[in-house]
Amino acid sequence: MWLRRIARHLTALICTTLIAGLLGATIVRFGPGFESDEQQLDSRLSNQSLQALRDSHASERNLPTFYVRYLGRLMTGDLGVSRSLARPVSQLLSERASVTLELMGLGILCGWLLGLAFAVPATLLRAPIFDLASSILSGILLCVPTAVLALFLYLWDGPVRFAIGLLIFPKVYRYARNLFADAYVQPHVLAARTRGLASTRIFVQHVIPWAAPQLLALAGVSLGIAFGAAIPVEVLCDLPGLGQLAWKAALARDLPVLVSLTILIAGVTQIINSASDVLTAAWPPERV
Amino acid sequence: MRAIRKMALAILVLVFAASLCAGFLAPASYSVQFRNFVSSPACSRFWLGTDELGRDRWSRLLYGTRVSLILAPSAALVSTFLAVMVGGVAGFAGGLWDRVICRVIDLFLSLPWLFLFLIVRALLPLNASLLASVIVTFGIMGLVGWAPAARIIRVGAQSLRNSDLVLQARACGCHGLRLVLVHLAPSLKAVIFAQFWIAIPTFILGEASLGLIGLGVAEPLPSWGNLLRELTNPQAVTSNPWMLVPLAVIGIVVSCFQLLLPEREFAP
Amino acid sequence: MKRPLILLAITAASLWGQWGGEVRFCLRSDPKTFNPLLVEDEASETIRYLTGGVLLRVNRASQELQPELATSWKITQHGRAITFHLRSGVVFSDGTPFTADDVAYTVQALMDPKLHSPTGDAFRSAPGEVETRIQAQDRVTVVFPGPVAGLDRLFDQVAIISSKSAKKESAVLGPFVVGRYTPGTEIQLDRNPHYWKKDASGRHLPYLDSIHLDIQQNRDIELMRFTRGELHLINSIDPEMFNRLVKVEPATVHDAGPSLESEMLWFNQNPSAALPDYEKGWFRSQNFRRAISGAVNRNDICRVVYLGHAQPAAGPISPANRVWFNLKLQPHAFDLKDALARLHRDGFRMENGTLKDRDGHAVEFSLITNSGNKAREHMAAMIQQDLAAIGIKLNIVTLDFRSLIERISQSFRYEACLLGLTNYDLDPNALMNVWLSSAANHQWYPSQKSPATPWEAEIDRLMQAQAASVDLAKRKNYFDKVQEIVSEQAPFLYLVTKNSLSAVSPKLHNVQPAMIRPQTYWNAENLVLEPSQLAKNGR
Repeated sequence: MWLRRIARHLTALICTTLIAGLLGATIVRFGPGFESDEQQLDSRLSNQSLQALRDSHASERNLPTFYVRYLGRLMTGDLGVSRSLARPVSQLLSERASVTLELMGLGILCGWLLGLAFAVPATLLRAPIFDLASSILSGILLCVPTAVLALFLYLWDGPVRFAIGLLIFPKVYRYARNLFADAYVQPHVLAARTRGLASTRIFVQHVIPWAAPQLLALAGVSLGIAFGAAIPVEVLCDLPGLGQLAWKAALARDLPVLVSLTILIAGVTQIINSASDVLTAAWPPERV
Repeated sequence: MRAIRKMALAILVLVFAASLCAGFLAPASYSVQFRNFVSSPACSRFWLGTDELGRDRWSRLLYGTRVSLILAPSAALVSTFLAVMVGGVAGFAGGLWDRVICRVIDLFLSLPWLFLFLIVRALLPLNASLLASVIVTFGIMGLVGWAPAARIIRVGAQSLRNSDLVLQARACGCHGLRLVLVHLAPSLKAVIFAQFWIAIPTFILGEASLGLIGLGVAEPLPSWGNLLRELTNPQAVTSNPWMLVPLAVIGIVVSCFQLLLPEREFAP
Repeated sequence: MKRPLILLAITAASLWGQWGGEVRFCLRSDPKTFNPLLVEDEASETIRYLTGGVLLRVNRASQELQPELATSWKITQHGRAITFHLRSGVVFSDGTPFTADDVAYTVQALMDPKLHSPTGDAFRSAPGEVETRIQAQDRVTVVFPGPVAGLDRLFDQVAIISSKSAKKESAVLGPFVVGRYTPGTEIQLDRNPHYWKKDASGRHLPYLDSIHLDIQQNRDIELMRFTRGELHLINSIDPEMFNRLVKVEPATVHDAGPSLESEMLWFNQNPSAALPDYEKGWFRSQNFRRAISGAVNRNDICRVVYLGHAQPAAGPISPANRVWFNLKLQPHAFDLKDALARLHRDGFRMENGTLKDRDGHAVEFSLITNSGNKAREHMAAMIQQDLAAIGIKLNIVTLDFRSLIERISQSFRYEACLLGLTNYDLDPNALMNVWLSSAANHQWYPSQKSPATPWEAEIDRLMQAQAASVDLAKRKNYFDKVQEIVSEQAPFLYLVTKNSLSAVSPKLHNVQPAMIRPQTYWNAENLVLEPSQLAKNGR
């Protein structure tokens, strides 16, 4: 049964990833400015050179043909060549992936640790002042654009890589705190309390298992939030990651790069979310 | 806590009222340039000083509050509604519906939406009103921002599918839309509200981030987003600290939203 | 008087010049290519300048052409041919000897029609093949199919590549050679051990061991690093950052005066544009264009947007271009009364604060410019307020660059556009493809089959005449007339000429900020670091 489930997830993953790539390519191909190039404004270029510039987009004009050829090359690991940076896309992705992974990974980890570090004591201690202070802190962090926060950190020699964590923390805190509060009115938790179990034991053995599926769902969503934040952070702080590459590729209408990034993000998002779904399904059902 | 909630509500009403009365309270229009008073400090004439074009920051804050305070919640409403519909159906229906909708959500999370903002901006009619361009910006944010919330609401709906509440409602003959609206939605109220209230500052900041990379609300119309753009110059901020006032206002407003949220009380 | 003193200073500096050290500054983006023949972006141009050896070099300070790899040159056949006498004993960075074969090889590669090189296209004045004749190992003649105006100066952009070296474009003749490239992060340029130039004491230049280029787009971060001493220069700095730096370290900033960059606005005069006929009528009217020009307060733009580091522009040529600037020209004066009078002549009238044309249409149009450029966004906002004073409603639309280019070059779905002009060359022949009515870069109405107006026909005639002439005085005369027509007809409303602003660490010597690119390191081989910097760099 597990094998069937995994096979189903894999098939869905591949199909969705391919559709995402096609949709991404469609958006880029039919968006305005696709066949434009900054070089067109160079007054030194002759009319023939300008025509050659326009013709250089010929291989990408027919979208189905482009996409089929792209997928064919993808099988051999060839992601094409970036039009704007004149380098193989696979090289660009491998060079930049580590920067983004570090930024996102640390951000997600820091955000979750901080979020739970505030939500758990708020649940266990039930001190209104602590609750209020945590709410205000998370509220304040919700107000500052991550990119501005990252820029301030950079300019004051702070840890830029944790900027995304400060974006995720308030979301995790808020959600986890409400979830834990909800858990305490569930019948099985009430029953445990009437039996006089210690609060820590109730939290670990009854509250967390109940909240885990929804927390896992949030974990999956954190990835999308983290990548969304990575783009302005990397652009403003000049970090040579995938987010900066995505932005440059979007501005340059760089089809091979954008399609490759879309497929990569679609694949990773789905793997994380599928893993979250599989784990949720595997989670022992609560005694309700 | 009730006193704090009342205070938060009072602050929000005050801020909202002030923004609606911007026309009366602002000493000048948001676009008027006092070119002999460029980047001037706070004074009796310009309460928060002026920006790089000599525009009164206080006036721009009032008008910008109106834009962000009306449109961000509207966008949050749209995205939350879509999230409830999509996530609710997926979680409650289960089976093939759930699987297909999950894939659609994942697809949505993967597409280059930043690029969509570039395109929409380029496709707007040239002489479209500023308000139209703002509504379109926030509208798109609402239309594309539902996916993360949908996933979370889906899990919540899933957990209710086989709950006693639903079983009993079904046993009483309640099905379909009535079941969703009368029984499911109220049970998911906490999650839905949490997503809605989180979405508001998310969209405010989303607009700010778009503004930082040149895709936000078109100038000269102010919004909290493009007021925060001044903060990308940290050296200027340290010498002109009144630039932080819009950030403080956002912080206060968002905190008030948070405090107003019917927070789950811990069981005694 | 000034020039001998400068030369004396350089000589003195070179006599006591400290050898070694590494200079650090930033590039705004990765170079798109390391092939010197295909350079089209600023980052690639920097690499080409620092690594490429050229036959002739425009001295950025004096604006005069001086010999480099060619010891002398002669233009013959009425500007069709140029003969170079080459410097002997020069080798490439890999030791391969430099000969006439390399010049011939480079020219043939550059002029290959399949290459579509902007540098090569600058030489293309007529169809046909380019001929290279090698008379000796140190003498070569290049013959073009038609006369090329300013032929010798164009070789400032042509870096000679080796015909024999196995390293191809990596073997260079310039003071530095590319040592290491980490994409997205940095480029290290090391001293070329075989560089031909020597200082007064006979030692091979450059003084520096290396140049380290960090790839940094964020200007705030660049400035922060400069103030901390991590960078030695900022080649081009914003006016706002210039003023910030003046307060903190006044000795580091330099305002070299007007640069070759200007900002301009134009109206869409393309008859096939999807605009209402009445709007096309407005934009084609000289009175309308001149009225708009007169309603824009250029002094305010210079003061507010450029913080005084700009001046109102009179035309396409910067006053810093000593040879080609028409001294008779003045910027259009800010005069609302005159603006309204011009509009009145065309039948416009004010009605309750709104300007209307003779058919009752309220004058309202949009101005597109590229997003992310704060100065242009501010300029647009200022122009909006200025035009409101004469009852015109201006809508500002900021677009990403590609969308903007698509509108002005392909779909022509725009009304007015605000953009900048960067002159690559002092010689106005480089702007041929802007002024000829048949050219694609004739922005207000490109690719005309025949000139749409008598004044455009006249500009065509004058530009072709100056291109065909080798007499500088005659060429100047022709181009002066072009400038006068442009000023009168205002197809482009020239707004401001920006100043050349840079920042240089006091620990870096022999820098002479100029207004032509590259402003601060044009004499990179003569740059010298203070001894304290050498210790810091580990020497």
